[in-house]
Amino acid sequence: MKALFGAAALFAAALLGRPVGVNDAAITADGYPAHLSDYAFFTDLASRAPAQRLFRYDLETPLFSDYAEKERYLYLPAGTRARYDPDKALDLPIGAALIKTFGYRVDGAFKPLETRVLLHRAGGWTPIPYVWNAAGTDADIRRAGTRIPVTFTDPAGERHAISYAVPNQNQCKDCHGLAGQVTPIGIKARYLNHGGQLEKMLAAGMLDRLPVDAPRVARWDDHAAPLDGRARAWLEINCAHCHNPQGAASNSGLFLDLARTDPEQRGLFKRPTAAGRGAGTRDFDIVPGDPDASILLYRLQSTDPGIAMPELGRATVHKEGVALVRAWIAGMPKSGAKR
Amino acid sequence: MLRNLAFAALFVAAPALAKDLVVEAGPKAQERLQSALLDARPGDTVRIGAGRFELTDGLSLDVNGVTVRGAGPGSTVLSFKGQLGAGEGLLVTSDDVVLRDFAVEDSKGDGIKSKGADRIVYKNVRVEWTGGPKATNGAYGVYPVESEDVLIDGVTVIGASDAGIYVGQSSRIIVRNSVAKYNVAGIEIENSGYAEVHGNQVSHNTGGILVFDLPALPRRGAGRVAVWGNSVVDNDTPNFAPKGNIVASVPTGTGVLIMAQDMVQVGNNMLSGNGTANIMVVAYRQPFDDKGYDPIPHDIYISVNKHGRAGFAPAMPGGPLLAAAMGGAIPPILWDGTGGSEVRLVVNDNVPVLGLGLALGASLETARPAEVKLSGPIAAPLAPIALPPAMEAAAR
Repeated sequence: MKALFGAAALFAAALLGRPVGVNDAAITADGYPAHLSDYAFFTDLASRAPAQRLFRYDLETPLFSDYAEKERYLYLPAGTRARYDPDKALDLPIGAALIKTFGYRVDGAFKPLETRVLLHRAGGWTPIPYVWNAAGTDADIRRAGTRIPVTFTDPAGERHAISYAVPNQNQCKDCHGLAGQVTPIGIKARYLNHGGQLEKMLAAGMLDRLPVDAPRVARWDDHAAPLDGRARAWLEINCAHCHNPQGAASNSGLFLDLARTDPEQRGLFKRPTAAGRGAGTRDFDIVPGDPDASILLYRLQSTDPGIAMPELGRATVHKEGVALVRAWIAGMPKSGAKR
Repeated sequence: MLRNLAFAALFVAAPALAKDLVVEAGPKAQERLQSALLDARPGDTVRIGAGRFELTDGLSLDVNGVTVRGAGPGSTVLSFKGQLGAGEGLLVTSDDVVLRDFAVEDSKGDGIKSKGADRIVYKNVRVEWTGGPKATNGAYGVYPVESEDVLIDGVTVIGASDAGIYVGQSSRIIVRNSVAKYNVAGIEIENSGYAEVHGNQVSHNTGGILVFDLPALPRRGAGRVAVWGNSVVDNDTPNFAPKGNIVASVPTGTGVLIMAQDMVQVGNNMLSGNGTANIMVVAYRQPFDDKGYDPIPHDIYISVNKHGRAGFAPAMPGGPLLAAAMGGAIPPILWDGTGGSEVRLVVNDNVPVLGLGLALGASLETARPAEVKLSGPIAAPLAPIALPPAMEAAAR
């Protein structure tokens, strides 16, 4: 009902020739708008031109999703701003939305496949997946998820034909669940703090403050940066949303957040808990100096659903990420083969 | 207060509005079934019709108070033979859920996992890998973890490459009237406490019933596990678990194995045909850094079990030599001896017990096998686990 009202309001605004803003009611009301266009996040969906108060951002080290390209936007309602936090995700007001469009390049042009929105409602964050129509003119709600056949060429020039998975709404929570609550993952100061992004947010009045010592993660593919920082940033963004004491993999005892210091919790000589055949024939998550004896690498290199990690959103191996983690483990001092 | 009252009224009124969401087999089963699991409200039943549901992705339920009900585990089959993604067939992350009368087949990872799902009931459910025991089968059949109040009743699991029925890091657990066969471990209670495992048929696994406490996990076992009235017979399937897992070290032919857990009572079971031992009590032998962890079991009471043939093919290192030296078979109860009298192991079964006299961390080659006398006063039985009445009602 409220969505209908919102649509009517948009229509009226269009008739009156007023600049059209985002449909705040679609974000905050209960329910599931049927089309991406219902939100008016984009003034033109075919070109995905952003509406006012949409801030485009990217992450210094992003989550790998089958080599898909992603267009990320933060929307903040008028009169609000994000609150800086040095450790956690930026604290975003009710009415905020995170909009992430996944797609692949076809003949040089970005072709959108799906847009996932994360809406900050009074009752908490609500994730909703939308799948684009063939013409690229709008995206329709698909709460139960779906699969889309996709072909693409990866950065190394290899062709892939995969069954691309759009997650169902619960699967969004598999990654975004923290202590049972849906929570944004990437929009943390340390992932945004590059290319002047946070400064731009501050200047636009979308961020409350920005200390000079704001943290930043290494860029995973910046070969000039220290290997340890790059590998741990890659592991955090790809794994730590589950592998933390409040995440979906809490029972594993393997915790890959950047702040973690305990070597066993980080996987060093850690035996698997409930890895099942995911362990391969290996004894420990990480054997320093021996990537081919490390369960972690075995699971990153697999595409078998009973073995592959992460469990969702990956039908291909991130070759470059695997090479990074391999080099990182290989470079660890062997600890006297104590076990 | 007024708000609380209004809320209570709403809650009481909810069952009257409860509805059935019916999903029949046919095209687009994945999307229709997952949609029902998303649309269900507390009190609703997702009713799955008879037939085969060919699924390509894991299903998941995150709504409290929902019943998922099929037409019977022989009729309603959720087949994951063509599964392309997700780590399990069905994942439940909400409370007060009842799963009953359907089957999950050939999932690539675990069959049914419930995590942080309190008061969950698994009733008359079958999880099976239809190609028999294979290393490529999924790991766990039913897998409740990090949960309070777990009832597993009349469940059948066949072919899990780790544990058929696995309850981990949970408390107040009943596993009863269930069948576990051709798994690596039949039933496993790990890092959990306040559990009853009774009236189950556990056959042709590598190891029948395991009660473990392991280090470096967020949640430690609280002990108080009663294993009674089970049939643990002919556990003889060669271990097909991937090597890195703890169950990969379970010797073929193990009946009941207690490792590092405290206050475990094993009574009134029928134990037979287990080539290594009908009952084993051992310490955790691997190195560990977890400072709060105690690798030694304590307060283990074994009494009034019926023992058939056992120990005729002991599969631990040195086992065959030992059996030959002892006239072809070792005693049906085996204790590693680690911890000595500190373990407080009391055995009142009418069969000999073989002690290995192993020091903590010492290799099996250093064993000093000898028959040990461990009879003593019978402990007061553990208090029965009383689950919320609604759970028992849902399992009827």
